[in-house]
Amino acid sequence: MPGKLKVKIVAGRHLPVMDRASDLTDAFVEVKFGNTTFKTDVYLKSLNPQWNSEWFKFEVDDEDLQDEPLQITVLDHDTYSANDAIGKVYIDIDPLLYSEAATVISGWFPIYDTIHGIRGEINVVVKVDLFNDLNRFRQSSCGVKFFCTTSIPKCYRAVIIHGFVEELVVNEDPEYQWIDRIRTPRASNEARQRLISLMSGELQRKIGLKVLEMRGNAVVGYLQCFDLEGESGLVVRAIGTACTLDKLSSPAAFLPACNSPSKEIKEIPFNEDPNPNTHSSGPSTPLKNQTYSFSPSKSYSRQSSSSDTDLSLTPKTGMGSGSAGKEGGPFKALLRQQTQSALEQREFPFFTLTAFPPGFLVHVGGVVSARSVKLLDRIHNPDEPETRDAWWAEIRQEIKSHAKALGCHAVVGYSESTSICEEVCILSASGTAAVLNPRFLQDGTVEGCLEQRLEENLPAGCGFCHIPYDELNMPFPAHLTYCYNCRKQKVPDVLFTTIDLPVDAAVIGKGCLIQARLCRLKKKAQAEANATAISNLLPFMEYEVHTQLMNKLKLKGMNALFGLRIQISVGENMLMGLASATGVYLAALPTPGGIQIAGKTPNDGSYEQHISHMQKKINDTIAKNKELYEINPPEISEEIIGSPIPEPRQRSRLLRSQSESSDEVTELDLSHGKKDAFVLEIDDTDAMEDVHSLLTDVPPPSGFYSCNTEIMPGINNWTSEIQMFTSVRVIRLSSLNLTNQALNKNFNDLCENLLKSLYFKLRSMIPCCLCHVNFTVSLPEDELIQVTVTAVAITFDKNQALQTTKTHAEKSLQRASTDNEELLQFPLELCSDSLPSHPFPPAKEHLESASSNSGIPAAQRAVTVEKASPVGEGNFRNRSSPPCANSTVGVVKMTPLSFIPGAKITKYLGIINMFFIRETTSLREEGGVSGFLHAFIAEVFAMVRAHVAALGGNAVVSYIMKQCVFMENPNKNQAQCLINVSGDAVVFVRESELEVVSTQQPAANCQPSCTGGEVTT
Amino acid sequence: MTSELDIFVGNTTLIDEDVYRLWLDGYSVSDAVALRVRSGILEQTGATAAVLQSDTMDHYRTFQMLERLLHAPPKLLHQLIFQIPPSRQALLIERYYTFDEAFVREVLGKKLSKGTKKDLDDISTKTGITLKSCRRQFDNFKRVFKVVEEMRGSLVDNIQQHFLLSDRLARDYAAIVFFANNRFETGKKKLQYLSFGDFAFCAELMIQNWTLGAVGEAPTDPDPQADDMDMDLDKEFLQDLKELKVLVADKDLLDLHKSLVCTALRGKLGVFSEMEANFKNLSRGLVNVAAKLTHNKDVRDLFVDLVEKFVEPCRSDHWPLNDVRLFLNQYSASVHSLDGFRHQALWDRYMGTLRGCLLRLCHD
Repeated sequence: MPGKLKVKIVAGRHLPVMDRASDLTDAFVEVKFGNTTFKTDVYLKSLNPQWNSEWFKFEVDDEDLQDEPLQITVLDHDTYSANDAIGKVYIDIDPLLYSEAATVISGWFPIYDTIHGIRGEINVVVKVDLFNDLNRFRQSSCGVKFFCTTSIPKCYRAVIIHGFVEELVVNEDPEYQWIDRIRTPRASNEARQRLISLMSGELQRKIGLKVLEMRGNAVVGYLQCFDLEGESGLVVRAIGTACTLDKLSSPAAFLPACNSPSKEIKEIPFNEDPNPNTHSSGPSTPLKNQTYSFSPSKSYSRQSSSSDTDLSLTPKTGMGSGSAGKEGGPFKALLRQQTQSALEQREFPFFTLTAFPPGFLVHVGGVVSARSVKLLDRIHNPDEPETRDAWWAEIRQEIKSHAKALGCHAVVGYSESTSICEEVCILSASGTAAVLNPRFLQDGTVEGCLEQRLEENLPAGCGFCHIPYDELNMPFPAHLTYCYNCRKQKVPDVLFTTIDLPVDAAVIGKGCLIQARLCRLKKKAQAEANATAISNLLPFMEYEVHTQLMNKLKLKGMNALFGLRIQISVGENMLMGLASATGVYLAALPTPGGIQIAGKTPNDGSYEQHISHMQKKINDTIAKNKELYEINPPEISEEIIGSPIPEPRQRSRLLRSQSESSDEVTELDLSHGKKDAFVLEIDDTDAMEDVHSLLTDVPPPSGFYSCNTEIMPGINNWTSEIQMFTSVRVIRLSSLNLTNQALNKNFNDLCENLLKSLYFKLRSMIPCCLCHVNFTVSLPEDELIQVTVTAVAITFDKNQALQTTKTHAEKSLQRASTDNEELLQFPLELCSDSLPSHPFPPAKEHLESASSNSGIPAAQRAVTVEKASPVGEGNFRNRSSPPCANSTVGVVKMTPLSFIPGAKITKYLGIINMFFIRETTSLREEGGVSGFLHAFIAEVFAMVRAHVAALGGNAVVSYIMKQCVFMENPNKNQAQCLINVSGDAVVFVRESELEVVSTQQPAANCQPSCTGGEVTT
Repeated sequence: MTSELDIFVGNTTLIDEDVYRLWLDGYSVSDAVALRVRSGILEQTGATAAVLQSDTMDHYRTFQMLERLLHAPPKLLHQLIFQIPPSRQALLIERYYTFDEAFVREVLGKKLSKGTKKDLDDISTKTGITLKSCRRQFDNFKRVFKVVEEMRGSLVDNIQQHFLLSDRLARDYAAIVFFANNRFETGKKKLQYLSFGDFAFCAELMIQNWTLGAVGEAPTDPDPQADDMDMDLDKEFLQDLKELKVLVADKDLLDLHKSLVCTALRGKLGVFSEMEANFKNLSRGLVNVAAKLTHNKDVRDLFVDLVEKFVEPCRSDHWPLNDVRLFLNQYSASVHSLDGFRHQALWDRYMGTLRGCLLRLCHD
């Protein structure tokens, strides 16, 4: 009997009128957990009943505690007929099961009904008494913490990052069971909500067990998804990164406002080389089980025109002995060996993290992705979901081998997704191939001299850009140059990744959101034929998406993409591709070349003119963008001239003719296709359209910036005003003469208009940045396209922004000068055969102080934690005050980011993972589809906020709307929508308040120890 | 390509004050878009008409969802669905309950019934206020009326507590409720020159002095059927007012009163001779108004009578406002020197309020 769950029903308010005659309600409550049900008394004739019940006690296994949600049903008592349900509340009690999270859940919960939405609120108090379980073979994993945040949570330190955990459970979808032919949709939707709640609890428990097996204590970057496979069932799957986390409560140990864990430890990336693009793996045969993978950049492909080769070859040989060969080589090998051993035991060396502790990420290879098209069939034995497991295993294997091909032993920023239409399902996985520092992967054994030496010669801010693969044996044709920052290692000319921009990356100017959008028509087909058709289309879509991304990146004058997400969605008669990423200019990479347009019919005068006109427009746009995003790389070209680095290539590239590029086609694999990324051939109207569409992307109005990553390079003075929002649009395509071209235009307009609307709506927040812009596209029906966007708008201080850009410029100037120094020293050091000594001592010191850091202020830490909790309680008191008092509802912030600007997260209270279904049979009366969905999303937000508030929190971070499936039947006046959201409930304290707290601290300093030891009682 | 669905939901509900005003003014979405375009917003922001349309629709939808809550403002404070900062909540409520001067003048003193509601079309045509806005304002009046109708205690306090309005607006509503309850006629042509402010001023004075609540005896009143304290005029008081008749019925008393006033004001009044000539008429008018207040019909005509019997004669003789003030002061005060008159307190209660009202009513 390892746990006792205690529930008290206090009161209700704003209940709906259930008895028309009296305009009142006779409400009572059923409290159900597992198979046990308790009831309160009936509170007669009131819309604000005060039940004030006894404590209902459930004695349960901790396994059940993890799986089962607490179900609270509010009913209207009826003497003569059946009692009417008013609505329900599901409470996930998981947060009460770990020692450091919430100790009590108490507050007002919206009472939710799938037909009527929110109908009043109910005040509930929930507690759990856990007994220590000595059973070694237990099935529960109480105590494992879960975080949606894809970085190490702010008040923790990663001791070990164990790696990938995954699990999936399947069940039959109640909606498709025979019983649904006789029961109401409402009953079946309730059954679905309950089932999914149960399945996610079970999934979480199973993942927790795996984490315990790995000796971890937490899952970071936990991502749980539902696949509604229709008749073949319901799959709930999750991936995450198992870690061992240490509670870190010293305020000194992290800078609260900044977005990244611990900025002060500045050392970081080590010396090696990253590489930009990926590669596309083998030829794809369009079988339904085939997996494909393509890689983001085809850029390099063509550069090997004769002049280029010359230029790049000469220095290569010269330098090879200098840097790469001598220092890089042995270390690289050593490092690789070590990490490999650390990673080898793992089946999949994947990490769902997108931001890392300093020093963790050594090199980045590029994006790796794999997709596979599957036919869904009934899951015969839900307890052994082997097929689904096998499907994913296959894809992961593929990803792993791609990473290997890039000279990387790990994949970071890893994620998985599906798109389902009828019985066809596209499984996708993507991530960024990387080389990691073994230090974090195992218990401290490795931290020998190797590591230190590695750390010694790392140049700040460019290490991760250096290529991880062997330049003489490159997995794909790429164009390498010496790093523009440190001049020692090779870098690719473009870098695509799925991770966040590393905090210490040297970036010039600001970043911006870059999207590639694409539609392809497909014939309607059944089963096998359909899957084949989709398989055939996929490679072309990937190729085009990448081309678009590359072109748009060039057009922005930038050279790297972060946070890349490519989503391919399947519908009855089309496929949609939507890629979003944040473009930046990495100081370490070469300046991107321009875009050159080449015509097919050179003899036509007017045509030539037209072409040159377009070319001018493109050049103007590039120039304008450089100005807009403040991309003015320090006069690097001048310095370069004196340096042993190849001449900037961009000039030579500009004038490449198209004949040259076609010569090379033969040696290219599929992803490099026919067109050079830098030379756009205008050979038909399609191509013309493409160029036009390039130019139609309007930059955001002045004062607005946007990105899909956590942080926006070039802006770091956030003010505390944030506005998280979700926007949904559905368009109906006119079914007449649909062409790919028209489709593309429609889709493009849809996205652009949506962005424009967002800018307009949020204009009062200027200057501001839209962060973590997350687009998802789906094709709910034949001619419908649905786009859902969730993002957060954060204001920043313009004046300070100016300052920082200045200091940034200064910094880069400084950097340039130190670079010069190093350059001067370089030959000397070569002679003396010693490694450059100049940069290390400071780095070492840093390291030491950083590590001792975590030791010293332990006492202080404990205090902060304690200081923090009163805040939470204060809130709580406020909330639970009687409804008649004039208190307003406490504010709960929501953000898709892992941090809250201007505030410090003091406590993580557990994950929020909620699933709702809403249906209506009076669509018109509820304001049509827009009114219906608007109300529903507002209700979902409200329920998330209420749960967070009940846990004692005041914000949700890493919030994500994972699913928003909307279906309508206007003829029947019906609609239905499923929404799945998740995030981390936290307590935050404003920095301004924090200062007050910390000045008071010394007095209360003496009891340091109780942080981890709190027992939930 | 048509937009089937287009929504924006913020964690903090976005409120655009300009759009809110357009919505309150009852404009349709397309009219609102047209008006916004005319305001030059497209040029300022570089947005397109389609963006504006979508934005306007979105705000309208939000307002429609909020409207239910605005009907009972405390609900807006406690609801969980829309996260709105308190200052914005206050703004939403205040604006929602704000009414148009032109509209309120049409409805003031009318019974807030279905019948009146049917006339809103005409009022809309007459005032140029959209029918939708008229309905909202009318429903607001009616809703406030219904809620406070049965309540005891200060009218203004009750309104403030249940509708969370600013002090100013709550006082205005108190006046509206008071007028509607007593059905004072305000629509006659000769009353057209009066503003809502004039009436509200009078209403406040009357609530303070002429209602049951004004006497301060109510809490001990055991009769649950007792008149609502602030809404209804004190019936006993109105009955008693008949006693004042003696001031004009008794010729000696009237003469004495006149001579007292004339003596005191000689040389101080620019219109002395006119006053002297008119004294008996004016006094008869004022006292008769008081004496008739036992009949509901005459209560309703209070303002008509006051204007006819006092304001108009003064106006035709071009009394300056200051002379009116001097006269009324003296007229009220002199009664205290009339030995034969026993209802001094009653007189003060009547005349104190009436004096204030009359001064306010005397303008062009």
